[in-house]
Amino acid sequence: MSGRLLPFRRGPARAPLRSAGPVRATAAAPAAGAADAARFGALIGPHIDAAYSLARYLARDAAVAEDIAQEALLKAFRNLGALQGLPKPWLLAIVRNAYFDWRRRGDDHIVTGPAAEVALAEAPDDGHVSAEAGLIRQGDVAALRAAIEAIPEPFREALVLRDLEELSYREVADVTGAPIGTVMSRLARARRMLAERMGVLEAQAVGAKP
Amino acid sequence: MSACPDQELLLHALADGELDAGNALALEAHVAGCAGCAAELAAIREVKARLAATFAGYPASASLRASLDAAIAAETAPPAPRRRVGAGTWVMGGATGALAASLALLAFIPTGASLESQLVDAQARSLEAQHLVDVATSDRHTVKPWFNGKIDFAPPVVDLAPQGFPLVGGRLDRVDGRRAAALVFRRHAHVINLFVWPADAPAGATLEHRAGYSLVRWGHAGLTYWAVSDVDAGDLLAFQKAFAEATR
Repeated sequence: MSGRLLPFRRGPARAPLRSAGPVRATAAAPAAGAADAARFGALIGPHIDAAYSLARYLARDAAVAEDIAQEALLKAFRNLGALQGLPKPWLLAIVRNAYFDWRRRGDDHIVTGPAAEVALAEAPDDGHVSAEAGLIRQGDVAALRAAIEAIPEPFREALVLRDLEELSYREVADVTGAPIGTVMSRLARARRMLAERMGVLEAQAVGAKP
Repeated sequence: MSACPDQELLLHALADGELDAGNALALEAHVAGCAGCAAELAAIREVKARLAATFAGYPASASLRASLDAAIAAETAPPAPRRRVGAGTWVMGGATGALAASLALLAFIPTGASLESQLVDAQARSLEAQHLVDVATSDRHTVKPWFNGKIDFAPPVVDLAPQGFPLVGGRLDRVDGRRAAALVFRRHAHVINLFVWPADAPAGATLEHRAGYSLVRWGHAGLTYWAVSDVDAGDLLAFQKAFAEATR
């Protein structure tokens, strides 16, 4: 047990995305018992949907998301002893790491790592979603999901964690390893993109920098 | 028209309830006199309201829950005699992970699935297929007659919105080879399925956990009730209490 097992990176510096990550299964985990399964059910059970949903919004693929969620949930089970604080942000941090592990393992056509994220985050704000995509009708779940999935990654993640999973800014910052100010600006950009698609704001009026 | 650049992030924080009282008051005073910021704040609130109204999260599939159950059962090893775990899974003590996993796969062929696992499957199915309700309304006077002629008993229907569990609607389901009424309630972003069918059961509430779901069972007036949800166990017990009191 070391600091590596702590899920939240604290401190002012932005933790590298591909740090060892909060949770690693220990090589020789002691055999778990029925009591652990019950504790897992009580603490983590209510957040299984949240784990899958985050994996789905990160990976944007149902099958990959199942794998990532399954791997993350098992890691959570094995490391339940390291849980401090609230289970939901802890679990979602594990899901997020499992996603980045998957990306690192996988296709090299996907640019990964801190440099990629910084590049995205610093990219010029071409925040409009293409006009031909059309507006989302209220109550249209599929259209809303598609619109969220169309948001570039760091912004999408902030929106999902805050507006779907209802984490606080502090928790989003902990889960993503980003400073709160960064979380806030990502969230604002994500919402702006969504607002355009919802027809809540006119595309020209928002996002465009003078 | 747009928000003052130095206020924009704070407007989001205000809408998110993330500002302390002093800063919230100061910003509200600014918004009162600034059309751009007022419009931005209204837009933020509208986006949030629509996200809340159309929950876009993806529920975990029944197969994910089942394979998680199986994996945990496989890790919850050592020397126990044959023991029932999870959704009808048989796990052998001392079996290797691989063997246990393949056994688990076999065990998920739904023959002789326990009542609990059937209920969990029904809950997962209702979320996946977007076939949550056959009759969608929060009006109990619409839901109750809807069951007439479809089932041979009359489940009590109440809206528990004041207690934090708004009624979403009703659905016909099948449990243990017979028709059951499923009443659907919401708790924040979570769904509670309440399965009802005629059978005597003890009045006291019993809680159990399965595949990440909590199940609470009780009986009243010749009907058996099973509430199934992924809300936390405390919430589900609160739901049971509220429902039992409202239908006493």
